[in-house]
Amino acid sequence: MRRVAAGVVTLLVVSALVFAGTELLPGDAAGAVLGRNAAPEQLAELRAQMGLDRPAVERYLDWLGGLVTGDLGNSAAGYAEGSRRPIWDEISGEIGNSLTLALVAALVMVPVALVLGVVSAVRAGRLTDHAISTSSLAIISLPEFIIGSLLILVFFSWLGWLSPVSLIAPGESPLAHPKQLVLPVLTLLGASLAASVRMVRAGMIDALRTDYVQMARLSGLRERTVIRRYALRNALAPSVQIFAQNIQYLVGGIIVVEYLFSYPGLGKELVDAVAIRDVREVQSVAIVIAAVYIALNIVADLLVVLLVPKLRTAA
Amino acid sequence: MKGRLRFARTPAGSIGLALLALVLAVALLGPLVAPHEPDVPVGIPLTGPAEGQVLGTDFLGRDVLSRVLWGGRSVLALAGAATLLAYLVGGAAGMFAGYRHGLVDGTLMRGVDVMLSVPPLIFLLVLVTGAGTSAAVLVLGVALVQAPLVARVVRTATLEQSVKGFVEAAEARGERTLAIIRRELLPNIAGPVFADAGLRFAYSIILVASVNFLGLGLQPPAADWALIISENRSGLDLNPYVILVPALLIAILAIAVNLVGDAIARTLGRSGAGEAR
Repeated sequence: MRRVAAGVVTLLVVSALVFAGTELLPGDAAGAVLGRNAAPEQLAELRAQMGLDRPAVERYLDWLGGLVTGDLGNSAAGYAEGSRRPIWDEISGEIGNSLTLALVAALVMVPVALVLGVVSAVRAGRLTDHAISTSSLAIISLPEFIIGSLLILVFFSWLGWLSPVSLIAPGESPLAHPKQLVLPVLTLLGASLAASVRMVRAGMIDALRTDYVQMARLSGLRERTVIRRYALRNALAPSVQIFAQNIQYLVGGIIVVEYLFSYPGLGKELVDAVAIRDVREVQSVAIVIAAVYIALNIVADLLVVLLVPKLRTAA
Repeated sequence: MKGRLRFARTPAGSIGLALLALVLAVALLGPLVAPHEPDVPVGIPLTGPAEGQVLGTDFLGRDVLSRVLWGGRSVLALAGAATLLAYLVGGAAGMFAGYRHGLVDGTLMRGVDVMLSVPPLIFLLVLVTGAGTSAAVLVLGVALVQAPLVARVVRTATLEQSVKGFVEAAEARGERTLAIIRRELLPNIAGPVFADAGLRFAYSIILVASVNFLGLGLQPPAADWALIISENRSGLDLNPYVILVPALLIAILAIAVNLVGDAIARTLGRSGAGEAR
């Protein structure tokens, strides 16, 4: 409970920062919509329409109230067309698309990371381990857009198997086009998978050195059984936190990946909104992504407490 | 002094140094040997390699080789400046927090927690929305993302040292706080604090390049490896080299800096290194 409360407080502080951060410069969204040559009267009118003539604190509280009730206000892009476009309508489909992408990536990441990490630990110091460790260190170092660009070059330019652009119509589920998900998911996996593998390996090596594993070996159990029943089980609990952390990176990485593949998700929406300085939309999308990020952290903490009984009393 | 260079003798360190030297040579000396101006069209857009244009042309018909040779400086300069600024800001905040304890410490470290609870890119994008796209905003943003991480390390190191005898002796002599920080604390925390400077720099490169790739950092017609990849994405099947070469250069640079950073961190005796993020 206290973790959740702390999370809500953090989110509040973040929301204030986001709000303040986007309003650093004197220019505002009305100015951005009308351009530099706008008549002052026109500007004032649009400002009143968008509610920009009210003091900042009032607008902040209004926005915050809107967040709670699900009313995110109208996007500046809508005003630019002379109409009103509620931000919620613009991003509700995108949220689903992004969640799908992240979920698929996470579902692939966890088992693959466990297998590679365990294999690497069991074979520590041998060729398989070196191959896995070195390639994961290399992949961790790369920005997502480099991994993605290189994947596009291989799978689109040379092999011609996969498309570099995600063509997903509004209202359509990305799962209807599994082929288009392959490259974004692979790209997204890159860094977070490599990091998880390294940490699972480290945890597993520690577990393999413990007395109870030695004991199990000495009592004549087969190595497979020792690994599965004794070492892996105990290496799992710390792994949960690692996975949560890497799923967090994944959420951060989704912004670049969606932009790269023109995948219609929250991240691309955010970049587009920043490019046209659609302040209200940036604020809302940023806070939604931050909320997911913080929530993941809390869920991970709770899971670890559930898995490691020792921590239950401490929490 | 010998100890400082020990990292170069580990296999990872030496491979990293060699790769780094290669990319640095391209980035720093490249502009001197570039055959064309970086922002003047020389041919038909997006043609493949040809006589006089070894890597073909980009989407505006500019020479890819020349743009690539010019485009490394910004990556290094921006990431370097951001890392430096992160150490200045984070270092000052961390030492202050670690030495003063109490309310200052608590407030600063809560601030660090908040910064770390948001994806760095979100932070950068929000800043760009508020302050516009420019090199200065980019450097400042990346520095602010990294400063909390630096502050944490500095604070821990300062806390450790601040209870030692020589600090207490200086306090007893009645020396001023600033003098204590500079003469007693700084020399003693330098080792652990700069152990992961290489990894910070690696992360700065990732962030700077990512923002430039999103089109929210340097603006055209700047020649910058990440920006080159971004603006030529749709020309990929006409001239793949315009993506491939800058992408490989960034990849080699990132991997090299990481290898060197990792080797330094390891030889300075810090375990668990290797994760810059």
